[in-house]
Amino acid sequence: MISLNRFAGSVSALLKGLGVTLNYIVHPKRVVTREYPENRETLTFPERFRGQVVMPHDENNDHNCTACTLCEKACPNGSISILTTKNIASKRVLGQFVYRLSSCTLCNLCIEACPFDAIRMGHGFEMAGYTREELDLILNKKEGR
Amino acid sequence: MTPLSITHPLGDWIRQQLPSPFAAIANGLIAVIAIAMLVVVTAIFLVWLERKVCARFQARLGPTRVGPFGLLQPVADAIKLLMKENIRPRTVDQLAYFLAPLLPITGSFLVLIVIPFDHNLQVLDPDAGIVYVTAVSGMGILGVLIGGWGSNNKYSLLGSMRAGAQLFSYELSMVLCMLLIVMASGTASLRNIVLSQQGTILDWWIFKLPVAGLVAFLLFIVSSTAELNRGPLDLSEAEQELTGGFHTEYTGISFSMFFLAEFVNMFAAAGLGATLFLGGFLAPQIGWHPVDQLLAFIPGFIWFAAKAYFLIFLYMWTRWTFPRLRIDHLLSLEWKFLLPASLANLLLAATLVLFKWVIP
Ligand code: SF4
Ligand code: SF4
Repeated sequence: MISLNRFAGSVSALLKGLGVTLNYIVHPKRVVTREYPENRETLTFPERFRGQVVMPHDENNDHNCTACTLCEKACPNGSISILTTKNIASKRVLGQFVYRLSSCTLCNLCIEACPFDAIRMGHGFEMAGYTREELDLILNKKEGR
Repeated sequence: MTPLSITHPLGDWIRQQLPSPFAAIANGLIAVIAIAMLVVVTAIFLVWLERKVCARFQARLGPTRVGPFGLLQPVADAIKLLMKENIRPRTVDQLAYFLAPLLPITGSFLVLIVIPFDHNLQVLDPDAGIVYVTAVSGMGILGVLIGGWGSNNKYSLLGSMRAGAQLFSYELSMVLCMLLIVMASGTASLRNIVLSQQGTILDWWIFKLPVAGLVAFLLFIVSSTAELNRGPLDLSEAEQELTGGFHTEYTGISFSMFFLAEFVNMFAAAGLGATLFLGGFLAPQIGWHPVDQLLAFIPGFIWFAAKAYFLIFLYMWTRWTFPRLRIDHLLSLEWKFLLPASLANLLLAATLVLFKWVIP
């Protein structure tokens, strides 16, 4: 026998669930669907939207990457290759940050691995190209620091 | 007040034009075609409605691309289903396999025949309408069982056996709820049940029998949800566990027959619920004359549709809110809770009717 107390609890839980869904249906504002090609101009992204990986640059066109290759090791798909070079002080610096968008799953692991906040998930998402080579990107704008 | 009707003049006109046996056949044909049209239109509309309502419950938009508000989406789906190859697996039992999809839709078609849509809009009104409804709605179960057996597939068989167990069990409390209304109204003809609820809203059986009516209504909703094989009680499909249950092996048009029947069945069950508990085609009268007259001016079939669609909304609301039950929970819900509850409720209602403790 189920106790009356438990029965009342279950019924109130069911009603609560119904209330949640009813709340959704009577508030059209809560619809999260975006009708993409039409709203292309006004599209906004949530902060944590994960588009393709980007490397932020400051006003001097500098980036934070130290070529530590942690991101390269973290990437499960081998989408990142850090090509290093030496600067005039013979210090090892970033030559090219090669990012192969074609094999990236936008998993965020490289961003988590980076100790210097040098890369982050951008909001770019229209990634189609005619050749695979178009999707091999160099993220840094200039060599070294 | 003589109710507005277009069907009478049409029937009379045909009777004038044709000699008697042909007139009866012609009238019958018209009725059958009308119901068939209703089946198709309802099924297509309900598919759209289900997708829209489900989407809005989940904070989505649902179909928006094909036609205005996505209204033509089910039409496109239907065309797709019709164009698909109707695959017949080699080991199926041919007769059973192809017979099964026809049965559920036939069952719901036959139920729709006795539903009173308006004062004069009912194909047939047998005296034992309720008995007829319970008899022919069993056809859907038969279709599911035969389909699952004939498919010769373990998932289909498991799904159909579950469906059989579930549908037979829930049929009991559903029939008990109907029995309660038959007892209260003193008739088993659906039309007379509606007419027994004339008066204000409080004369509908859901309110007229204090407590018992409301409880019976809730029990009816739960058991008919199970009867309709809809979530949260859609154990026979349970696509996550059974890859679709009894219709695993079906494709193309055979599958769409099952699919169609599901939606028409929902409409039939909602219509039945509206007829039994919500006063069917009667306008809701609140007892204040000017408003009542205005409400009575709206034709009955619109009231019927409004009530039926209200119930359909309830079905959809519960389906898209609650998670699916497990099969043993489902059966113990019926046998340990719903059945005793509906028996007790029947007893309560009998007492109320006996001592005339109904809301006047
Ligand atoms: S997001 Fe994931 S897959 Fe893409 S580059 Fe970073 S680690 Fe590799
Ligand atoms: S992006 Fe970050 S993790 Fe990757 S090499 Fe540069 S500093 Fe290291």
